[in-house]
Amino acid sequence: MQVTRDFSHYVRTAGEGVQHIDLAVEGVHCAGCMAKIERGLSAIPDVTLARVNLTDRRVALEWKQGTLDPSRFIDRLAELGYKAYPYETESAEATEVAESRFLLRCLGVAAFATMNVMMLSIPVWSGNVSDMLPEQRDFFHWLSALIALPAAAYAGQPFFRSAWRALSNKTTNMDVPISIGVCLALGMSVVETIHHAEHAYFDAAIMLLTFLLVGRFLDQNMRRRTRAVAGNLAALKAETAAKFVGPDEISQVPVAAIHPGDIVLLRPGERCAIDGTVIEGRSEIDQSLITGETLYVTAEQGTPVYAGSMNISGTLRVRVSAASEATLLAEITRLLDNALQGRSRYMRLADSASRLYAPVVHATALFTILGWIIAGAGWHDAIVTGVAVLIITCPCALGLAIPTVQTVASGAMFKSGVLLNSGDAIERLAESDYVIFDKTGTLTLPHLEVTNAADIPADMFDLAGRLALSSHHPVAAAVAQAAVAKSPIVGAIEETGQGVRATVDDVEIRLGRPSFCGADALVGDGADLDPEASSAAFSKGSEKFILSVRQGLRPDAQAVIAALKARNIGVEILSGDREPAVRAAAHALGVPEWRAGVTPADKIARIEELKRRGAKVLMVGDGMNDAPSLAAAHVSMSPISAAHLSQATADLIFLGRPLAPVVAAIDSARKALHLMRQNLRLAIAYNVLAVPIAISGVVTPLIAAAAMSGSSILVMLNSLRARSASREIV
Amino acid sequence: MEILVILVPLALMLGLAGLAGFLWSLRSGQYDDLDGAAWRAIADDEPPQEAPAKR
Repeated sequence: MQVTRDFSHYVRTAGEGVQHIDLAVEGVHCAGCMAKIERGLSAIPDVTLARVNLTDRRVALEWKQGTLDPSRFIDRLAELGYKAYPYETESAEATEVAESRFLLRCLGVAAFATMNVMMLSIPVWSGNVSDMLPEQRDFFHWLSALIALPAAAYAGQPFFRSAWRALSNKTTNMDVPISIGVCLALGMSVVETIHHAEHAYFDAAIMLLTFLLVGRFLDQNMRRRTRAVAGNLAALKAETAAKFVGPDEISQVPVAAIHPGDIVLLRPGERCAIDGTVIEGRSEIDQSLITGETLYVTAEQGTPVYAGSMNISGTLRVRVSAASEATLLAEITRLLDNALQGRSRYMRLADSASRLYAPVVHATALFTILGWIIAGAGWHDAIVTGVAVLIITCPCALGLAIPTVQTVASGAMFKSGVLLNSGDAIERLAESDYVIFDKTGTLTLPHLEVTNAADIPADMFDLAGRLALSSHHPVAAAVAQAAVAKSPIVGAIEETGQGVRATVDDVEIRLGRPSFCGADALVGDGADLDPEASSAAFSKGSEKFILSVRQGLRPDAQAVIAALKARNIGVEILSGDREPAVRAAAHALGVPEWRAGVTPADKIARIEELKRRGAKVLMVGDGMNDAPSLAAAHVSMSPISAAHLSQATADLIFLGRPLAPVVAAIDSARKALHLMRQNLRLAIAYNVLAVPIAISGVVTPLIAAAAMSGSSILVMLNSLRARSASREIV
Repeated sequence: MEILVILVPLALMLGLAGLAGFLWSLRSGQYDDLDGAAWRAIADDEPPQEAPAKR
């Protein structure tokens, strides 16, 4: 059988006779990498463009059509020491990028208008107290109107649209008072200008939009960046499947290019990347990523297999099915929908602030107008004062209070290996006081490790490692990795489902099942103590050894659990795995609360029970069976190795082997929530000070402008403190 | 003070030119990779291609 790598799915035509591909590249950090990659790729003949994007960690490549195979670029990058894989922009990321550009354009327009209106306003403010002629003042006001009105109409779009959407759904949000304030301020200023009045508020209205757009842009940019990183990580998993393109010919194609009805080959040691049904072959499969169960399941003709299952012993032919056919998936999807509906009831801090804010502000403005009329002022003066109240209370600092902290905090989390999927996750994570861990793949590492390597003579272990290189079995892979084996033994023969054997110096060596090596008698002592371990044996002539292989706990799991307890956070393990395995893990970590053999529905039931008791649950899990409970929990986290569905559902994703990012994220989130509340208080304190001045009718545009920029800058500076999140975690 | 009639529109024109420049730079993708651009400014020029050794 012939195997080829086929990346044609990712190649697109860019102009005449030029082809284009985007690659996600791992490990690009500095200018040196950038220059090295660009030079290395440009040196390939017929390459017309090789440009690294350091922000998104990607390379754009263009070459003359038909001259090169894209896999050559990946090989070249591998020679240079970078792992790369073709990258396809998802529609979600494309939307974020477009939105981000639109906000930046609005911000540019608003900032231009603010600067130029200010240039006209300052002469008016100083002229009002000196010798400015009324005609000159009117001229300046009309020019300001000429700049501010079109600029506000364009740059205000994000707010006007969002306010309109909220109002047509019969709710309010922060954008409603903003839109009302801006429109009234501009309208009143135009009327005042027509009547040759002394004050106009064009500068205040447009400056307000500028500051708010800064907050919006920061928020959007944070989301865009997270999407880009998550997209790269997904691409670098390089999920491919061996698809049959002829009766006996297979091609290694990206998963994105596989359609229902295709037939793929699943070899031993491969992780299945698709959902389907076995049509030929017999094997054991490891479904721990899906069900949490670490015992292997037998797969034969007709058995459904899911993306994420690991094929252990035999070769399988699988027919790809549409996702909804499978019963397990359908059940999980149903639970997931229910859980997500519950999630949307959560009200974000900003929304709850604005729900209180809008009525109070509008009532104050109304009472100001009525109060002045009762006090004997004219309609005109009363309305001008009322609008001044609206302008000065417009939630400028309030609009910056939360996005600025979120941006800075997400940057700090990113450095400690945590990606945010949703912006309001910070608030929810900070509130969490109970953590539920899944065991398999979350507390334990997703791959196997040899636990008793120290008990075996080094030369024997070395030999076992070299022999293991000839097998694709995951246990063999673990042995080979533990022994740091490099050179395989020539002439090794693999017996499917049994093990590998070879002859070295006229002595037969075997690695495989204990029975295959004649070491059945040795099994029993070690395996009883460690219920999660599976045993393999190695024999050289008459010397026999038992190798104990298991999914090891994450190196810092114990310290992390202790750190959580020290922060007064409850810890519990809910696992779909067998009881002895869960008990051993819970005992090793010192977690008294644990349940084994739980189904997805049980997990949700437990979370609901805790919710009723008032606990805010953080769920940390990776399996597909965890996806519904991840959605049901107050906030959720997944390791990067998690199943797709879980990763999409989780609020936060952590990278790497250690579990420490869980604690680091909680710490950063708590600090960030503290700063958000502080910012809101600062913004409100400013309003409490400014409102009496506005009600008394002595506010000039100068006071409004100074107060607005002063409070915004104060809030932004305060947000920067989220950067210095402490690093000692455990 | 009649000079204002010329100077103020002139100032606005300059501001508009700045805005046009910003929108152009945005459209031509200059804000797509701020980290990379910061380094490119100080990167060394590519060494001249060494001619095949003929001596």
